Amino acid sequence: MSRTTPTLTPEQYEELGRDLDALRQRVLDDLGEADRKYIYDIVKVQRALEVAGRGLLFAGFFPPAWIAGVTALSLSKILDNMEIGHNVMHGQYDWMRDPAMNSKMFEWDNVAPAENWKHSHNYIHHTYTNIVGKDRDIGYGVLRMDEGQKWRPYYLGNPAYAFALMLFFEWGVMLHDMEVDRLMSGEKKWSETAGVRRRIWHKSVKQVIKDYVLFPALTGPQFVSTLVGNAAANLIRNVWAFNIIFCGHFPNGVETFTEEETKNETRGQWYYRQMLGSANISGSPLFHIMSGNLSHQIEHHLFPDIPARRYPEIAPEVRAICAKYGLPYNTGGLTKQLRSVAKKIFKLALPDNLRGKPAQPPAGTVGNGRALRAA
Amino acid sequence: MTAAKKRRPRFPGLRLLEALATPHGIDRYLELVHPMLTIRGVRGEVTRVHRTTADTVTLTIRPTRRWAGFTAGQYVRVSVDIDGVRRTRCYSPATSQHTRGRFELTIKAHEQGLVSRWLHRNAKPGLILHLSQAEGEFTLPERRPEKVLLISGGSGITPVLSMLRTLADEGHTGEVVFLHYAYTEADVPCRADLLELTGKHPNLRLLLAYTDADDGDLSGFFDHTHLRKAAPWHAEAHTYLCGPPGLMAGVREVFADLGLLDRLHTEDFAPAPITVDAADATGDVTFVRAGRAAPNSGQTLLEQAEAAGLTPDNGCRMGVCFTCTTVKTAGCTRDVRNGELSTDPDVEIQLCVSVPVGDVAIDL
Ligand SMILES: Cc1cc2nc3c(=O)[nH]c(=O)nc-3n(C[C@H](O)[C@H](O)[C@H](O)COP(=O)(O)OP(=O)(O)OC[C@H]3O[C@@H](n4cnc5c(N)ncnc54)[C@H](O)[C@@H]3O)c2cc1C
Repeated sequence: MSRTTPTLTPEQYEELGRDLDALRQRVLDDLGEADRKYIYDIVKVQRALEVAGRGLLFAGFFPPAWIAGVTALSLSKILDNMEIGHNVMHGQYDWMRDPAMNSKMFEWDNVAPAENWKHSHNYIHHTYTNIVGKDRDIGYGVLRMDEGQKWRPYYLGNPAYAFALMLFFEWGVMLHDMEVDRLMSGEKKWSETAGVRRRIWHKSVKQVIKDYVLFPALTGPQFVSTLVGNAAANLIRNVWAFNIIFCGHFPNGVETFTEEETKNETRGQWYYRQMLGSANISGSPLFHIMSGNLSHQIEHHLFPDIPARRYPEIAPEVRAICAKYGLPYNTGGLTKQLRSVAKKIFKLALPDNLRGKPAQPPAGTVGNGRALRAA
Repeated sequence: MTAAKKRRPRFPGLRLLEALATPHGIDRYLELVHPMLTIRGVRGEVTRVHRTTADTVTLTIRPTRRWAGFTAGQYVRVSVDIDGVRRTRCYSPATSQHTRGRFELTIKAHEQGLVSRWLHRNAKPGLILHLSQAEGEFTLPERRPEKVLLISGGSGITPVLSMLRTLADEGHTGEVVFLHYAYTEADVPCRADLLELTGKHPNLRLLLAYTDADDGDLSGFFDHTHLRKAAPWHAEAHTYLCGPPGLMAGVREVFADLGLLDRLHTEDFAPAPITVDAADATGDVTFVRAGRAAPNSGQTLLEQAEAAGLTPDNGCRMGVCFTCTTVKTAGCTRDVRNGELSTDPDVEIQLCVSVPVGDVAIDL
């Protein structure tokens, strides 16, 4: 099978690796006080929103206060999970040697324990990005997001599962680390999940008590309105995070890879896979912050340990490097990318033969024949 | 017991507050209001800055309520953020351990030194420092020795100055000699204070030795003569020594000659020199917690740890996922990706992309 994206010669992969390494080094050399100030400013805004949100819910009997409170709390949770938590836990701020911003110590306002998440995300997903069968973020073990996943009648429910996952995203992320599908298939033993289960229990209990018992109880007669408010804030964060994250790897045109073709990858080839396996979302600076700069998924996947505020800055250079090698740089507005993802969720619910064989190789999927191995 | 062993009562309602602040901890909220507002962390506010010599700065520090005090001779790990990076260095309080609510650090600006020069230049009242609790075994015994000889050189004056001030506060009646080495009179930190203190207490004697001038009580480097002149009774005394490597070696040699090494107590300020010939696989790798050591094979620390039979957490093995991040307690490592050297002790490194340069100790 042939495909539209060019493969490079071994020399080109080498050169691509050097170009991107040089870019990375330039940013690393420039890290300093401005980056520290930035992340602390974001933390200040997040904590202020959180305190304001919790405070406003004490006046939850007054609808505008309730709405403002839920809004502030939702924004706080979004910032906490995305621009702060996700990025800090990637080690983006480890160079500051500040325990409060250290990937080993940070916990986020989310039921998924940091340690479990770091394993499935930083290691599995970021190392094996878009390798079907290895990157467990392709469909999260629940959805069919790539034609490389064999169709089963179960997948008829694809849109419904996706919708449920969106509403309960933090719980989905939490359970993701259990690898339920591998437990069911017997690939993994229940006893192997002891550590993961223990951490899930400890973390989720604390989160549930805080949001659904303590804060509601503190507001006394507003118990129910606070509880609903907190649930709403968690829900809003879930929906937002789900949508941003699904635009990162699932829009049309994003490539997936096979285990075989990614064996013995060089650094240049790894970069190549990261670039082709990710998609950006265009938008305003505020949008980028609220998405944790995951709107710069391509830059993030190339350099997961560089502070995210640097992604917009280096994006033009990454784009130029893509152009230099004739590689696509997948980007688009939120609506465009979301529509593309939604289409895929519906399309892949059906067996391949029902949709008729596409004349072209299916977009977004790399055929087996393509030989990165040649490099 | 030492002051550090005392525990303050816990804040009432702390558990509830922590449950409300989960997962971040209350300090992470309080410090945004004011950096000195902490419940668990120890911080210190610089309240006064003065300079008693050209290349030192003396900071008066007011610690937060969690500070458990120190014992004369101990040090505290001080951290400051310089160009976005938190740097930690040890400094020994120079004040009496009986002074409550504040202590003083005297810091010598090293020509190439990052933190010492930064503090020398930038410390102002209001600066907030991150502090550890006091640590270290270089202290006087609970039962104060009858005769004490305190020898220091350069910035090594601080821990023994604290001992001197502490003994004075305690109304110690035995003989104490304070023998300090400096280039010239102008290089003696807190000289006026020293003169005043020893002037008030007839049993405390100050001897200033200058290596580059003749107007001191003694001149030149430490030797048998200096020792006899300063403290003829040194054989029955306990001697406390802190100073530059040359002085330390000189004193050790004389005490070894006299067979008195068991009465000599020392503190080293300067880190062991680090070899930065990054290409050679020399030295040993020590895995501190496992209590194992092996000669450096030149491979990454992750591979060397595994070769030593350890199973550190790891993931990508290419520096992406940060799973293998571990504290390097001592030594120098090189990042294989860009050749960057990490020379500070007690910093986190990624095992999978770090190779040792000379002796390295890892907290595994
Ligand atoms: C237990 C302990 C207590 C200490 N107490 C004090 C104190 O009270 N007052 C004080 O001024 N310092 C004290 N120090 C030394 C202090 O911790 C720092 O090492 C010193 O301030 C230099 O740090 P820097 O960041 O400026 O230099 P760095 O940037 O770390 O080092 C720059 C260069 O200076 C060399 N260097 C580092 N430290 C020394 C040193 N002490 N002597 C000679 N060369 C050195 C390094 O090898 C390097 O080449 C103490 C050290 C220890 C271990």
